[in-house]
Amino acid sequence: MIDRAQVAHVAALAKLSLTEAELDAYARELGAIVRYVERIAEMPLEGVSPLAHGGGAVDRFREDAPKDSLPRDVALGSAPDRADLYFRVPRMIAEP
Amino acid sequence: MSDRQKSAAAIAAEVRSKKRSAVETTREALDRVQEIDVRLGAFLETDRERALKEAAEVDRRLAAGETLALAGVPVALKDNLCAVGYRCTCGSRFLENYRPPYDATAVARLKAAGAVILGKTNLDEFAMGSSTENSAFGPVRNPWALDYAPGGSSGGSAVAVAAGMAPLSLGSDTGGSIRQPASFTGVVGLKPTYGRVSRFGLVAFASSLDQIGPFARSIEDAALTLRVLAGPDQADATCSGPVYDDASDPLDGGVQGLKIGLPKEYFQDGVDDDVRAAVENAAETLKGRGATLVKVGLPHTPYAIPAYYVIATAEASSNLARFDGVRYGRRAPNPSDLAELYANSRHEGFGPEVRRRILLGTFCLSSGYYDAYYEKALRARALIAADFDAAFKSCDVVLGPAAPTPAFKLGEKSSDPLQMYQSDVLTGACNLAGLPGLVLPCGFATRDGARLPIGAQFIGPRGFEARLFRVARALERATGLEGLVATTSGAKR
Repeated sequence: MIDRAQVAHVAALAKLSLTEAELDAYARELGAIVRYVERIAEMPLEGVSPLAHGGGAVDRFREDAPKDSLPRDVALGSAPDRADLYFRVPRMIAEP
Repeated sequence: MSDRQKSAAAIAAEVRSKKRSAVETTREALDRVQEIDVRLGAFLETDRERALKEAAEVDRRLAAGETLALAGVPVALKDNLCAVGYRCTCGSRFLENYRPPYDATAVARLKAAGAVILGKTNLDEFAMGSSTENSAFGPVRNPWALDYAPGGSSGGSAVAVAAGMAPLSLGSDTGGSIRQPASFTGVVGLKPTYGRVSRFGLVAFASSLDQIGPFARSIEDAALTLRVLAGPDQADATCSGPVYDDASDPLDGGVQGLKIGLPKEYFQDGVDDDVRAAVENAAETLKGRGATLVKVGLPHTPYAIPAYYVIATAEASSNLARFDGVRYGRRAPNPSDLAELYANSRHEGFGPEVRRRILLGTFCLSSGYYDAYYEKALRARALIAADFDAAFKSCDVVLGPAAPTPAFKLGEKSSDPLQMYQSDVLTGACNLAGLPGLVLPCGFATRDGARLPIGAQFIGPRGFEARLFRVARALERATGLEGLVATTSGAKR
C-alpha cells in the first residue's frame, strides 16, 4: 500500500515538487497500480534468476581512443542560463 | 495515382530513375501535410525550406551517380528522435524549445540512404501512453474516425503513414508503442529485436526495452527500411546484433511448411470478438497457403503488464533524472536554491502521466521495496522470456492480435491509468523478452458506423525479422490490404 507520506517521500527522492492535491491524487492512483503489480508475487519466482534485459547479447566494447566531441559552444547552446563557458545555476553553498 | 498512395520502394525507384525529382516529391508531401494535418494533429513540426534543401541534396547525389535505397522518400520522425534543425520535444513542455545539435543514428542512416525528413510527429509525453492523449501539445486523431484515438505512444507517426502523408515513418516501441498504433490505424509496424537498431539519439524511456522501428503501408517497405536502419553502432553499446540477412527467409518465400503458433492466452479473456475472429481468420488464410497451425502456451502472459510497469517505470525514473533544468530544457524561474531549481523545473516540465511513472519507478527502486517489486519483476521477466523460448521449440512464429480491441474513443480511457495500461497486454511481453514483433492490418470492425482496422501481430525468435516479413507478406498478399490509406470518409486503396 502507498499512503500520502510515502508519495511525499518518493517525490523528494525523485526531485519532484507536488501540490497538496497532487499528493492525494497520486496516493490513490499509485495505491491501485501497486496493488495491481503485486500479482507478480503469485508467480513461481523461487530460484529464478532475474533477467535485466532480453537482448541475449553482451555489451560490446570499443577502443578507448580520443576523438572529436561536440564543440563547447554547441554543447552550451541549449543551456537555460550560462556564463562564459559554464552552465550557471543558483548558489548552492551559503556565503561564509 | 498520387504520391500518397505510392510505396516507398516505388517512390525511390522513380526518383532514382529521374522520372521525378526528390524536390518535387517532397513538395507534394509537404502540401499534403499542410492540407490535411490540421484535422489530424499528427505533426508537431515541419520545415519546408529545410526539407526542400535536403531533397535538393538528394537530387544532387543521384546526379553524381550514387545509388540510394530510399532516394527522395519522405519520412516522418517521432518527436523523441533527434534530427538536426528540428526541435525534439518528446511531447513535453520540458523540451518544448529544445533543438538537439546532432542526428540520431537511425536518422543519419535514413538520410545517408537518400530519405528526406518530412517533419516531427506527435507522441505521448516521453513515449508514455497508449493513445497519444498524453502529449502536452494536444491529441492526435485516428484518420479512420476522428473521434477515435490512433493508439500510442507513436500515434503521430502511425497517422502520418495511415493518412497518406508519408509512405514511411519511424516510431519507438517500449511496450507496444509502434505495434498498437499500427493496429489502430491499419498500417504495418515493426518492433525489431532488442539491439537491432541503434538508439543513439532516441530520448531514453526504458533502456532495456526501447527499440526504434518503422511504420509503412507494405511489408516490402518495412523490410526495406529495416535494412537501412539495422547494424552495429559505436555510439550504442547494446546495438550489436547480427547483420540483417534475409537469405533464409526471402520476402516472397511463402509459408509452405512453416509452423505458426497460436497462443491461447492471446485469444481469450478481454480480447474483443471482432479482433479474435479477424486474427483467427488470418491464421486460417495462412493455413490455406500451406502453413501448419499449432497451439502453443504463453502461460505467464497475464503477468507481462505488471512486470512491464515495474521495470519500465524503474528505468524511466532513472533515465528522466537527467532532466534537471541545468543543461537544456525548461528551467523554472527564480529558484531560491539548486534543489528548488530541480524540483520546480521538473514539476513545471513534466505532465501528469510522466510524474506518475517517475513516482512509481522511484518507489519500486527505493530502499525497502527494491526486492519486493523491482527484483521480483526481473524474475517474472525471465519466466515470460522462457515462455517464448519454449513456444519456439514447436513453432517458427507466433501469431496473435496486436491489441485486445480496435481503436477506442479519445477520452475513453484517459481518466484510468490501469485501464489504459491494459492496452499493451499483447505487446509488452515481446519487449520484456527482447523479441521482434510485426503488425499488419488483417481486417476491420465496425463501431458506431466507423470502419476501424484490426492488426495481426507476428512474434519471432530474436533476430528473425526476415521470417516475420515473409509470413506477413504472405498474409498481405492474401488479404489485399497492402497500401491501405485511410480517409475520414472510408478507406481507399
